[in-house]
Amino acid sequence: MSKLPDPIRLGLDRGWTVQDGAKLKADLSLEADIVIVGTGAGGGTAADILSAAGLKVIMIEEGPLKSSSDFRMLERDAYPQLYQESAGRQTQDKAITILQGRSVGGSTTVNWTSSFRTPAATLKHWQDQWGLREYSQESMAPWFARMEERLSIAPWPVPPNENNDILRRGCEALKIPAAAIQRNVKGCWNLGYCGVGCPTNAKQSMLVTTVPAALDRGATLLHRTRVDTLRFAHDKAVSLEAVALDEAGIRPTGVKVKVRARHFVLAGGAINTPGLLLRSKAPDPHATLGKRTFLHPVNVTAALMNSKVEGYNGAPQTIYSDHFLDTLPLDGPIGYKLEAPPVHPILAGITLQGFGEEHSTWMRRLPHLQVVIALLRDGFHPHSIGGAVSLRKDGSPVLDYAISDYVWDGMRRAFFTMAEIQFAAGAKVVMPMHEKGKPMKSWAEAKQHIADLPMKPLECRVVSAHVMGGCGMGVDEKRSVVRGDGRHHQLENVWIFDGSAFPTSIGANPQLSIYGMVARNATRLAEALVSQKKPMVG
Amino acid sequence: MTGAVVLGAAAWLNHEPDTPAQGLRALSRREAELIRALAPVILAGMIPTDATARQTALNEVVEAFDRGLAGMSLAVQGEVKQLLGLLTFAPSRALVAGVWTSWPEASESEVAAFLMKWQSSRFVLLRAGYQAMKQLMQACWFGNPLAWPAMGYALPDRAREFL
Ligand SMILES: Cc1cc2nc3c(=O)[nH]c(=O)nc-3n(C[C@H](O)[C@H](O)[C@H](O)COP(=O)(O)OP(=O)(O)OC[C@H]3O[C@@H](n4cnc5c(N)ncnc54)[C@H](O)[C@@H]3O)c2cc1C
Ligand code: SF4
Repeated sequence: MSKLPDPIRLGLDRGWTVQDGAKLKADLSLEADIVIVGTGAGGGTAADILSAAGLKVIMIEEGPLKSSSDFRMLERDAYPQLYQESAGRQTQDKAITILQGRSVGGSTTVNWTSSFRTPAATLKHWQDQWGLREYSQESMAPWFARMEERLSIAPWPVPPNENNDILRRGCEALKIPAAAIQRNVKGCWNLGYCGVGCPTNAKQSMLVTTVPAALDRGATLLHRTRVDTLRFAHDKAVSLEAVALDEAGIRPTGVKVKVRARHFVLAGGAINTPGLLLRSKAPDPHATLGKRTFLHPVNVTAALMNSKVEGYNGAPQTIYSDHFLDTLPLDGPIGYKLEAPPVHPILAGITLQGFGEEHSTWMRRLPHLQVVIALLRDGFHPHSIGGAVSLRKDGSPVLDYAISDYVWDGMRRAFFTMAEIQFAAGAKVVMPMHEKGKPMKSWAEAKQHIADLPMKPLECRVVSAHVMGGCGMGVDEKRSVVRGDGRHHQLENVWIFDGSAFPTSIGANPQLSIYGMVARNATRLAEALVSQKKPMVG
Repeated sequence: MTGAVVLGAAAWLNHEPDTPAQGLRALSRREAELIRALAPVILAGMIPTDATARQTALNEVVEAFDRGLAGMSLAVQGEVKQLLGLLTFAPSRALVAGVWTSWPEASESEVAAFLMKWQSSRFVLLRAGYQAMKQLMQACWFGNPLAWPAMGYALPDRAREFL
């Protein structure tokens, strides 16, 4: 157990109203002003703001409540406990592995702390193409600033780890602009284990900021409790039904929870939020629900360096380049953001292609491995329409995302870029993560080999840690699911306050975009509810 | 498409009682044998060669696979079980995997040939099956501290200050 103070255990000792679904013995019926489904980036931010307005808030979270005392820097414990589908969530055809969180704090409990405001080009596109006129850079700036302050988002003063510095040096050698990433940390130990739960509470995730703040104000949290359906009457939701999950978080125990509320905030994240609405048979007159789900599909190259890199040590993401976003128009070939990922044994092991000797020659040199990733900006072009969420027989959601030729083209270009950067930084050998990818000894060799690679699902490794959309915002209800303020087009008290509300991908790591959008929309909702309440009281 | 038909047929034909083997939560005896046969090939170069250490490693991989499977969502567990069923049911093992002996009797080169066949199959479903087995097996071993010395990985010294 961690010897550092654990703010969650301290809060529980102070008497927070927290119920573990696995321990519930009998059905429960609750009432609130607002019930929030999910406690990640969107749910946490909403809980903080709505509880601060004096509203009675209940948060319901499918995953367990785990905190720093439980975080032991072990991938094998963290993936089953803190991730959707044991970190093995995949698209329907299994071609893309999707990382998403599943514990109190949602994906913010396991994310890598990179913090970017929504890019200007993205906001402009939303204004022009989706009619979201209020999403201007100027009008959003104060919301981003507010959340940056709330979550201690600031430039990171420590030098990048070697894995990130190689990306920086490679870009510098090729005169590709690269810059430092801001992070949401306070007193960070520069360990590099953000992805398995920060053991020092330095990461300012929802788990240690907004959720505790809401609990301190008297909000209720139910965890290991999965919301199954919403019940509607006319154009409103009247209640929701949830099932308590067993200790392992897998099987329903049979105990049910029912919540009546004035307003329903859905913040289960992309895939899960549209899944909940599909299960509930929510109105969907234009068949937009679950469509346009985006992933920032990622492809990867690994390099062998002469000296040690130790990509598992040190803040995971500190350097990025937007050169291949900024120099490509949104309606042109797909652009990509360049970053470096943390390189831990399981993550690296399953990403590297092949098996046996071919695979272990790389694994045995893990400390010398340098890895670059390209995140593709999907959703801005007619040839990038993203994926669609549907329900499996058991009601769980699954994403069908076909990678279009337009997107594959971007991945091939990204392979070229990443290899060139790694060679420019002194790599001895570079390898594209692809079942047919071979170790390449020079940039000249790489140019030939990458040009010849067949870009096919389940050969080219494709991953994602950024799921967005599926309940997209827009003024035209024929093309979207919610309004610009997050309210469902057809349901007057259902609000989508999470990453699923984005009409496109972001083109940057999305957490701060979610914080900013939700801070704005939850504040508006709080104001409206409080002014409604006053006449009743007075 | 062919792959889907085969999977479906295998699921239908696979009548073997599906009770977990003794000491395991999710894997049947035959499935555990399959894991034990694939592991030395998939993890060649990463598991110890010394006989005792190797046995320990293989036991740990089987246990981790079992734990991992039991911890998956029910939908995903069902899919993995279907794949394991296809591979342990003798007719489909022979026809789809091309392995004509039982798994404990299969040679390492037969196992490798099966993996390579699926790795570059023109059927998406078989490529997916290869990826599932490869990645699950690798995750089961690389997450184990016993595997770390071979890759030169260790937790940072500073972790001792609080772990
Ligand atoms: C490994 C990893 C690294 C990342 N790194 C970064 C980064 O460095 N920077 C960045 O900006 N972004 C990063 N992200 C992405 C970012 O964290 C997410 O985009 C963001 O947290 C999404 O917020 P959300 O509110 O939409 O959903 P989430 O934060 O995913 O929260 C949703 C929560 O709802 C719960 N839930 C879902 N359905 C139900 C239900 N039916 N009932 C009850 N509860 C439910 C889930 O269990 C989950 O806890 C990363 C993500 C991952 C997984
Ligand atoms: S790098 Fe910092 S934020 Fe990440 S796990 Fe370590 S201490 Fe926590």
